[in-house]
Amino acid sequence: MSLTGIIGNSLSILVGGEAGQGITRSGSLLGRAIMRGGFHIFGANDYPSIIRGGHNLYLLRASDEEISSQYDLIDLILALNKETLLLHVDELNEGGGVIYDERMEIREGEISRKDVKRYPVPLSGIVEEIGGVPIMRNTVALGAALGLVGYDLEFLDGAIATTFEGRDAIIESNVKAAKMGYDYVAEHYGGDFSCRLAPFKDRPERIMLTGNDAVALGAVQAGCGFFVAYPMTPASPVLHYLINNDMETGMVVVQPESEISAINMVIGASYAGVRAMTATSGGGFSLMTEALGLAAMSENPVVVMVGQRPGPSTGMATYSAQGDLLFIIHSSQGEFPRVVVAPGDVEECFYSTMEAFNVAEKLQIPAIIITDKYLIESHKSTAPFDLSRVGIDRGDLLEIEEWEGDGEYERYALTKSGVSLRLKPGTKGAFLRANSTEHDAKGFSTIDPSTIEEMTEKQRRKRVSLEELVVTLNPVRAYGGDDPDITIVGWGSTKGPVLEAIKMLEREGISARFVQPVYIEPFPVEAMMDELSGGGRFLLVEANKTAQLGELIRLHTGFTFDNVHLRYDGRPFNPGEIRDKAKEAMR
Amino acid sequence: MTTIQDLATPATNTWCPGCGNFGITIAFKRAIVQLGLEPEEVVATSGIGCHGKITGYVNVNGFHTIHGRVLPVATAIKLANNGLTVVGFAGDGDGYNIGMGHLPHAARRNHDITYVVHNNLIYGLTTGQASPTSKVGRRTRTTPRGVFEPPINPLSIALSSSASFVARGYAGDVQHLTELFVEAMSFTGFALVDVLQPCVSWDRIQTYQFYGERVYKLKEEGHDPSDLMAAHRRALEWGERIPIGVFYKKERPPYRENFPFLEGTPLARRGLDPDISGLLGEFS
Repeated sequence: MSLTGIIGNSLSILVGGEAGQGITRSGSLLGRAIMRGGFHIFGANDYPSIIRGGHNLYLLRASDEEISSQYDLIDLILALNKETLLLHVDELNEGGGVIYDERMEIREGEISRKDVKRYPVPLSGIVEEIGGVPIMRNTVALGAALGLVGYDLEFLDGAIATTFEGRDAIIESNVKAAKMGYDYVAEHYGGDFSCRLAPFKDRPERIMLTGNDAVALGAVQAGCGFFVAYPMTPASPVLHYLINNDMETGMVVVQPESEISAINMVIGASYAGVRAMTATSGGGFSLMTEALGLAAMSENPVVVMVGQRPGPSTGMATYSAQGDLLFIIHSSQGEFPRVVVAPGDVEECFYSTMEAFNVAEKLQIPAIIITDKYLIESHKSTAPFDLSRVGIDRGDLLEIEEWEGDGEYERYALTKSGVSLRLKPGTKGAFLRANSTEHDAKGFSTIDPSTIEEMTEKQRRKRVSLEELVVTLNPVRAYGGDDPDITIVGWGSTKGPVLEAIKMLEREGISARFVQPVYIEPFPVEAMMDELSGGGRFLLVEANKTAQLGELIRLHTGFTFDNVHLRYDGRPFNPGEIRDKAKEAMR
Repeated sequence: MTTIQDLATPATNTWCPGCGNFGITIAFKRAIVQLGLEPEEVVATSGIGCHGKITGYVNVNGFHTIHGRVLPVATAIKLANNGLTVVGFAGDGDGYNIGMGHLPHAARRNHDITYVVHNNLIYGLTTGQASPTSKVGRRTRTTPRGVFEPPINPLSIALSSSASFVARGYAGDVQHLTELFVEAMSFTGFALVDVLQPCVSWDRIQTYQFYGERVYKLKEEGHDPSDLMAAHRRALEWGERIPIGVFYKKERPPYRENFPFLEGTPLARRGLDPDISGLLGEFS
């Protein structure tokens, strides 16, 4: 075995320190180094909404099998400040270790656990010796951690080179710092720590990225040409990524004056015939809701990613929740079709984003990708994306030169599917009259009762067409045994911890299944009924207080859950707590 | 050649007889004809209010949007397809109240569009409430003791926001307004044309007679539109004499030029052939 943890084939390392100490960067650097040795990784961060000071942590987990969340307990802590050590020492596995600066004074009794292995390292001393900046203590600690588990340092050197590409002096000094940390630990504590990590000989190609990264890449691969977003945690990284790569992608990326401007710009670009998208969190989406109706009424396709965080109002800016599902499904006045897709991991973030563009354009409707902080800010390793799995389908859209000009163009022509031929403004002999006011087939405003009925029925036919399309997109996904003792139902980011919980249950001889509605609006009624008709017990897991998916399931199927596990403290589920709830449900 | 007749639509006009919107619409049509634009190359966007119906009355591409959001929609259309001539129409309630947050930003970014604000100093379509340009003391349905607060000065705000073209027209002088539209629509960069427009239903004070006695043309008084300080001074004039014409005009690079890859074929006319393979390296 290439990986020996304290328990099984899983190694969890917590990197903690003050905000501003580069905790997430250090944690992901370590993750990259370990992934490159052939391992699977998962990394989640936890930080308050402050730029400096305050406690930050990055929880990295590695395994030789695919993993999808953090674990409940930690094997090794890299404490870049004392607070980290004191806050997290009780989360250590039996015999877990702590790496900290030897200058950190630890008083008698501050660490009560006798089993904890202490590894003081001259983090500051090494940085001073090589004339580095204080933040390089992180790198010394990373080197020390790899020394402790006997890993090859070359993978960290490579990850440093990638992270600081083009900045040779920084690369050189960090490589040196890592080596000194590594050597110090090898000399002083070599072989003392029970966890071991050895690189694989065959190392399949993998990438490590966040849900935000995957959504951004999905947008690029979908041919999105126009992205406008106002900064809002936790969705801002999509904006950061796309704006920093605009010269490569040719995508127009704009930071406007508000979310209201963002969504209306997206609608304008869509009207002009460009694939367009925005990303925000619940507060920003609240501001966008009026324009969501404009997109629907004017039948201009738009894609919106909403990265949920706890609400109401400002809530907790840097934490996670699933409290906006019913709001998003029902937002904006009037009745209109929309699609809501809830990816559960980085792969689904990528492919769902590509699909969202297709569905939006084929039906000429708003598409909303609902995610949350835990999903879009956590790193996961995965095989490189299959770029041919989801193609580009723009539906009934004609290029400017493709319009034959037979008869007068009707933007809102009544059709069987409800979807009308879409042209781009600038098409010779055709006028595009988009209208937020109820309108006739040509787009002229109207209050004529029979026209209103026809247009309302047209929107309804689009909804039916949408339902037919969503059925083809594998809207409800299931994992685990076909005849389970327990079926766990959840959506979005709960997928990761639930899949880990299922592994735990199976190790205890309990057969478990995870049912995940990925397309939630239109609700996949039949597929969901199928999943809920089996035997065994059922457990609903959601990160909100009112079991919103449970409400939807009850509304559409009549099914009610006897067992519900809800978490609403902003933190992600741990697999162990889901396992425990599942076992409770089976009593 | 586009003619005025080509620009007519079958829609029934529901503006009040005598409304200043007629003058604005005629001037817009004449400007399209004078500029030799094909109607398919023009996009008119409008907001909510009496002005908003204009997109139904001119036979060009149109987008009747929601209240206050003319600028985000119009600026994005232009970024997405630089080959189109984009004109945004708003009202004083639409553009200077609920949509005011967009004006300084569209101006400072210098999006290459024309922004026409039908400024009748009142809410017409919602039947006579105060607007942000209603004068102090004016009694309306929502100001029974008169308007408390001084009005917005849109020209000063535009000038302070680095707008590169700032003008005011008068709906009662269609020929002059047409000239302004021609100049604004052929200008490269953000062009605000505030249009004084009597409301025949809800305003007995600022009538055609009121404006007829007061407006004067900046050009006839030797105003230099390249002089920013002079523009600021003229923008503050309102009383016995009200200036109309071009207050300020100075070209600077439009927003789209910040995106070198937008040169050439407009974004909206490009085929989609994305490939992220080259981007995946940083994630490996």
